[in-house]
Amino acid sequence: MPTDHELARKSLQYRRQILRVIKRAGAGHIGGSLSCVDILNVLYNRILRVSPATVTEPGRDRYIQSKGHSVEALYVVLAERGFFPESELETLGAPASHFVGHPTRNVPGIEHNTGALGHGLSVAVGMALAAKMDRARFRTFVLLGDGELAEGSNWEAAMAAAHYGLDSLTAIIDCNSLQISGPTSAVMNSEPLGEKFAAFGWAVRRVDGHDIEALTSVLGAPLAPGRPGVVIADTVKGKGVSFMEDTVGWHHGVPDDEQYVRALAEIDAGLANLERGAQ
Amino acid sequence: MHSEAALRVAARLGLEMGRPNLEEFAEALMVRARADRNVLAVTSDSRGSGKLSSFAKALPGQIVEVGIAEQNLVGMAAGLASAGKTVFAVSPACFLTARALEQIKNDIAYSDQPVTLVGISAGVSYGALGTTHHSLHDFAALRAIHNLIVAAPADNFETRSAVHAAATVRVPVYLRFGKAPLFTLPAGEVPFAFGRARVLRPGCDVAFVAAGETVIHALLAGAYLEETHGLECRVISMPTLKPLDSAAVLAAGLECHTMVTAEEHSVHGGLGEACAAVLARAGAPCTLDIVGIPDEYTFTGSQAEIFHHYGLSMEGLAATAISLRRRVGTTA
Repeated sequence: MPTDHELARKSLQYRRQILRVIKRAGAGHIGGSLSCVDILNVLYNRILRVSPATVTEPGRDRYIQSKGHSVEALYVVLAERGFFPESELETLGAPASHFVGHPTRNVPGIEHNTGALGHGLSVAVGMALAAKMDRARFRTFVLLGDGELAEGSNWEAAMAAAHYGLDSLTAIIDCNSLQISGPTSAVMNSEPLGEKFAAFGWAVRRVDGHDIEALTSVLGAPLAPGRPGVVIADTVKGKGVSFMEDTVGWHHGVPDDEQYVRALAEIDAGLANLERGAQ
Repeated sequence: MHSEAALRVAARLGLEMGRPNLEEFAEALMVRARADRNVLAVTSDSRGSGKLSSFAKALPGQIVEVGIAEQNLVGMAAGLASAGKTVFAVSPACFLTARALEQIKNDIAYSDQPVTLVGISAGVSYGALGTTHHSLHDFAALRAIHNLIVAAPADNFETRSAVHAAATVRVPVYLRFGKAPLFTLPAGEVPFAFGRARVLRPGCDVAFVAAGETVIHALLAGAYLEETHGLECRVISMPTLKPLDSAAVLAAGLECHTMVTAEEHSVHGGLGEACAAVLARAGAPCTLDIVGIPDEYTFTGSQAEIFHHYGLSMEGLAATAISLRRRVGTTA
């Protein structure tokens, strides 16, 4: 199991790589990728029992990224974990590339095609139900956005997950409080999320979505026997680049050359600080 | 459903009355499910209308209820299939293919999950319940989605065959069934396979190409025209709308020069327009009329009354063929 220090370093390296691939492609969802990447870091480095060698094993853990637009974070983490060569990231958005702007199963390690919001939770419920039917031990994780929860299909799925008592299912909400038109609270308020899911019969925990230790602790095991679990991860859109943080414009903004240099400098400074701190 | 004249023609052809395709579907599914516990029926409060009450009683561990939630029905079906289940997602065709269209497109077809979507009480089977309950758009909408077989079996044999084929092909499939009892069609020259036309009756004067519950009317119209006008009519059951058996359509167009298509669907985007595209692209010298539900507020009535109103009957289809031949100057 990698140490907290190693994961802290990976978080910064992932951020650097997200910025790089989006800058190179000239398009991407930078804000959401930066808000959810710590969650992916913990999942793929500590929680999920899946590797390039077990990617088609029936007993593997499943991860579905329902907020598919933050795919750059997923691509970067999967590449670093060895699901495909990192060089393939260079083809993001290029003609005939498998690496499109939302997840597809053409990319090794991706379980399900997403991009239209409000789909992933139902699919995850189906996977978790199959596990329960077969008494299989795999867990199913699904990442949702807080803005995405305005899609009614999520609540159909939430009802079914509790109805079937799917405790192997864990939903994680990347709660960055912003969506493309503005604050989620102003566009269509989804709060109080904890009370809503609790009323639907879910076990609920709320954590800092950038706290590696807290995420590890809450995702390490199902939250409650006989009930699906939801982790509301409070995050900051654009986290890690000061001028992108908590700014609607960076939902799918692409940094210009000057911004790009500044953003990388901030991350590199963070990496240098981290290494100094470790010495 | 049939006029007395039509019943007389059916008797002369020796056709036997079968049962509703929905009942045949339910029994075929039970056969598959008994043999393989990974075969599941997923329903949206639709086990009764899907004739799956016996299935639920016999195999309670193999039916998944999602409640009245078609989007979740299709999404969960995708997840179950992804984890190795052979899933039949069963819901009224009107809701399944409209409310859950995006899930069909993304979670089944695009994600390549081998789910069989079963649209029950399809077309105008619900009759006077009205347009909310009709599915006259499903062929058009689903034909435009890549990686989905679209099929409408015409009798119990085609239904049974389609269920077994769907359970084994491991690709996304849409099947639509009605609930009226249907005559069993003659065996035809070709056994059932997705993408294959079944020629029920040979002939080179007129070609009838039909799908689903309209096929019987086309068959009777063909026999009736032989009786009344001495015309030899080729009657083709086209259980698969996509992939279409283009070769059979083109051969019929080139050899018959007059084609009438019939479908329990809007005249837009269904079997008729699919055949028209095949003929036009090949430059085939064939005149075509498309009989289906016109683009208007749908006539109120039972399925039989709606069929009669729009000429989806033996008499109606025969009259369309005659008038088409007159229009292009062929002696009737």
